[in-house]
Amino acid sequence: MAHATFRVHVDPDKCQGHNRCYSVSPDLFDLDDLGMSSEVGAGLVPAGQLSLARLAVANCPEHAISLTEAPEAQQ
Amino acid sequence: MNDRHPPVQDFATDFDHTDAAWVADPYPIWDDLRQRCPVAHSDRYGGAWLPVTHDLVAEVAYDHEHFTSRSVVVSERRPGPDDLPAPIGVSPPISSDPPFHGLVRRMLLPAFTPKPIAALEPFTRELCRELLAATDGRAGFDAAVEYAQHIPVRVIVRFLGFPQEDADQFRGIIKLVLEEVDLPPDEREERFAAVDEYMDAQIEDHRARPRDDLTSFLLEAEIGGQKLPVEHVRGTMVLLMIAGIDTTWSAIGASLWHLAQHPEDRRRLAAEPVLMDTAVEELLRAYAPVTMARLVAKDFDFHGHPFKEGDWLLLPFPAANRDPAAFENPDLVRLDRATNRHAAFGLGRHRCLGSNLARMELRVALEEWLARYPDFELSDPAAVTWSAGQVRGPRRLPVTILGRGG
Repeated sequence: MAHATFRVHVDPDKCQGHNRCYSVSPDLFDLDDLGMSSEVGAGLVPAGQLSLARLAVANCPEHAISLTEAPEAQQ
Repeated sequence: MNDRHPPVQDFATDFDHTDAAWVADPYPIWDDLRQRCPVAHSDRYGGAWLPVTHDLVAEVAYDHEHFTSRSVVVSERRPGPDDLPAPIGVSPPISSDPPFHGLVRRMLLPAFTPKPIAALEPFTRELCRELLAATDGRAGFDAAVEYAQHIPVRVIVRFLGFPQEDADQFRGIIKLVLEEVDLPPDEREERFAAVDEYMDAQIEDHRARPRDDLTSFLLEAEIGGQKLPVEHVRGTMVLLMIAGIDTTWSAIGASLWHLAQHPEDRRRLAAEPVLMDTAVEELLRAYAPVTMARLVAKDFDFHGHPFKEGDWLLLPFPAANRDPAAFENPDLVRLDRATNRHAAFGLGRHRCLGSNLARMELRVALEEWLARYPDFELSDPAAVTWSAGQVRGPRRLPVTILGRGG
């Protein structure tokens, strides 16, 4: 059975630039010139980084980050 | 002590954030109100409300229809016709409402992202080392007066591009704005005028000799192709100075106050330096210094309470951070708390602009302190005093040094 693939996503309408996600998992998130966060690339979470992705979700004061199982992995 | 207001008998119906009981220890008061209300009311300051749960604090922070940020410091005086009206307010953007708020905020945000803030770290670290070196050989000293309070004031003075030797006089200004909120309005106004005068002199000086600092940045900044009016520039300078000093000073002091009483936490930070970022967030949660305020923008019913236009509302982020519905075992400081959506820097559009700066200063201040003084305790717990008003932190913090680092 294939390993599940996870995806993080920052809701730009909710992000207020607390920068907590960037602080706990800088490989998964990027900041723009205003300090607002977005997921790197398509937000795919490398296998070894799932716990960091969960940490980012659990530390966003605005509940702006979602972590979902990527559909293409659900075979 | 507060000799201008009578002592509070019941915080549910007559709260006052300058009351001696609140200043000494607000947490049991908020716990009690959470059970009984959870929205308290007071006729003081011309009428004020106080929600104390995380949910209600968040609800207000996200509601720009029923609440205005035109004034965010509760005092005997509400903004009058002579003050810059909403949506700008006296000190944009903290005093501004959407959509104007967003324009001003976007202009300022680039100066406060992790990268420019990281550039201030070497200065901050050197400053901390100098302050600690000045305490060398002493059995004890006041960690608030001789250490914590100097750090943010000198960093923001450098950031704004004011002379370092002016740093000391700013502390008086900050006390006026944030702590002496129950002074008669005339006296407050008179002293505010002196603040404006200082800022105007700095603006003139920076106009004549532009440099690479925040003041010149503000003078050059444009919104919609227009330079900012001078009162906007001045208001923002006052804001950055005030918001950047008392708050971080309080967070550093409160963190040292905690560490002085918890040898196991000191040992843990020394053994696991990698824990520092997480620990800083937990200390910010547990000892969040800043309570904000709003004015009710129009009459409406807030969860059964008749809110009237012009009522004050205290927005206690520190109470939200201690709500057991939002945080497991909230009164316990767990330096490795993994789930921590604390609201120390506020929630929503007014999230503290300087949060990266404050975090950097707090982390560096603790790292340098612990490197030099890994072991210390309160000299006399009863001698510790706390600030009154919307920013909470120790103002007297005598410590005894038990052990020295390398």
